Amino acid sequence: MTHKRWFTPWVLVIPAGLWLLVFGIWPAINTLILSFTNAKALGGGRFTGLENYRRLLDDGQLADALINSVIYMLVCLPLLTMLPLLLAVLVQKRLRGIAFFRVAFYTPVIASAVVVAIIWQWLLDDRGLINGLAQRLGFLSEPLPFLTDRWLLLFSAISLTVWKGLGYYMIIYMSALGNVPRELYEAAAVDGAGPVRRFFSITIPGVRNTMLLISMLISVYALRTFSELYILSGTTGGPGGEAMSLVMLIQMYGQGLSGQLGYASALSVLLFVVTIGPMLVLARISRRGT
Amino acid sequence: MAGGVRVGRTGGAGSGAGSGAGSGAESVARTDTAEPPARRPHRRRGPRRRPYAWGGVSPLEKAVRYALLLLVLVITIGPFLWQLSTSLKSINEDVYTQTPSFIPEQPTLANYAEVAETVPIWSYAGNSLIVAAMVVGGNVIGATLAGYALAKLRFRGARLVLGLFLASLLLPAEVTIISQFVIVRDLGFVDTLVGVALPGAIAPLNVLLMRAAFQAIPPEIEAAAIIDGANAWQRLVHIGLPNVRGMLSVVMIFSFIGAWDDFLWPLLVLTDPDKFTLTVGLQYLNGTFVSNPRLIAAGSMIAFIPILIVFTVLQRYFFKGVDAGAIKG
Repeated sequence: MTHKRWFTPWVLVIPAGLWLLVFGIWPAINTLILSFTNAKALGGGRFTGLENYRRLLDDGQLADALINSVIYMLVCLPLLTMLPLLLAVLVQKRLRGIAFFRVAFYTPVIASAVVVAIIWQWLLDDRGLINGLAQRLGFLSEPLPFLTDRWLLLFSAISLTVWKGLGYYMIIYMSALGNVPRELYEAAAVDGAGPVRRFFSITIPGVRNTMLLISMLISVYALRTFSELYILSGTTGGPGGEAMSLVMLIQMYGQGLSGQLGYASALSVLLFVVTIGPMLVLARISRRGT
Repeated sequence: MAGGVRVGRTGGAGSGAGSGAGSGAESVARTDTAEPPARRPHRRRGPRRRPYAWGGVSPLEKAVRYALLLLVLVITIGPFLWQLSTSLKSINEDVYTQTPSFIPEQPTLANYAEVAETVPIWSYAGNSLIVAAMVVGGNVIGATLAGYALAKLRFRGARLVLGLFLASLLLPAEVTIISQFVIVRDLGFVDTLVGVALPGAIAPLNVLLMRAAFQAIPPEIEAAAIIDGANAWQRLVHIGLPNVRGMLSVVMIFSFIGAWDDFLWPLLVLTDPDKFTLTVGLQYLNGTFVSNPRLIAAGSMIAFIPILIVFTVLQRYFFKGVDAGAIKG
């Protein structure tokens, strides 16, 4: 196409391009630079070499956070790759009122993580609905300390993440299911294959790529988790801060007048390093798709 | 979600649990392929074919499906309803009881009035609305302009620009959040709503989504307009925009939800309790008044109901967007 004025495209690109430079590319570079300094919220900023990185190795809280992340990922991965697929199969068939169910199942996704964490905090309270019902029905004699025990806190946050993610991944699977050729199902049905058999030998192979995509999304998401643990633990990260996540540490060191921006940046670089693997796989899938 | 790896904080299309949305391997996706079986031409009808083999639903299967749907409905919606119920219970009603009652004995809005006396929750809602409006406006304008240029205009450096937008998707928002804070601080926007809205005001993912939408417009249409002497701006307004309304609404919905729900960034930027957005204010309320769950429940409903309304009203566009390939699996 021809342009009389060469600068027209640039005029259109410049606002977004400027944003990309100022809030995307420069912060990425600056994070790396800051991680080699002792920058503080007030003052600091002297080059300190690998000091921050050496400190990462001795940070017990960070070790806990990384263990938490691995557990988060290992529990979320199977649950959030399988449950939303089953859900997508369930809402795929056009029944009366199915549109309502689809929208309803998506509701936890649109709510803020803060809102749902507060809702779950109330459900999981010592005197909340879940402990109350469990005691009433005789499953428990004492309330379970969902919000104050390190591991229970972690698993509460994981359940919250799974619950909130169901609808989101369901939608992605719904898209993929639409592409599985119906003839395969028809043929299988004619051959007498039952629903379970059809699910394992047609549905799952048919959405394999989507499954890979979703598992990468979940891996990245598990490593980025913040609000769930932050709110459920009452901002403390549980007893002794053992139920922290990596991003909670970044927030803790980065925030406020006493913020240690240099060390928080080194933690950010670490976050980049642990997420880049799944991110690159995602980028590959995405390129193949387009 | 669509077209790229979603990592942006606010404003990107994609929110909530999956905010790391990705990109499309499969192209999408009529979400519903089922058509009434009766109208299908009869083929391959063997003697063993069962009446409900595919497409049709036997009464038993229907019952099982509805039972499962209701079970999942209770799991997904139940917690919200329980919170709503708590927020409507009067101070005289025991909310801790081991025999939970779902329907408040004497429903009251007193908790909503009281929460507004405790923290300025309505001005928090106003602040969230202002931030969301800025983010939606910025993304609609910025992403439309850049998306059009990258899709339909050829210029030197276009590939490089596109590459940079794509590369930025590899960075989770949390990785650069500290440096973004430094920039916003140096620009003098710490503790302001502009500072909250600024970094997400044009999300790279939205630029790429709009680019994809513009690319889907057949070039012939535009070629005719060029022959007629239409310049780039006229083509964008008269040919481009009418053809990308679906994607634009997806960008709007998710920019709004992203900005409204965002927590970590406003938590870093805002320190003055008068300027809090709803999520930060809610956290503040939660930390301060744990003694009365009814108030916290009322506060969380105030944050949740507006987004529920926005989504319910606009969900048809969202699910249409899913159909149109806005969300690639």
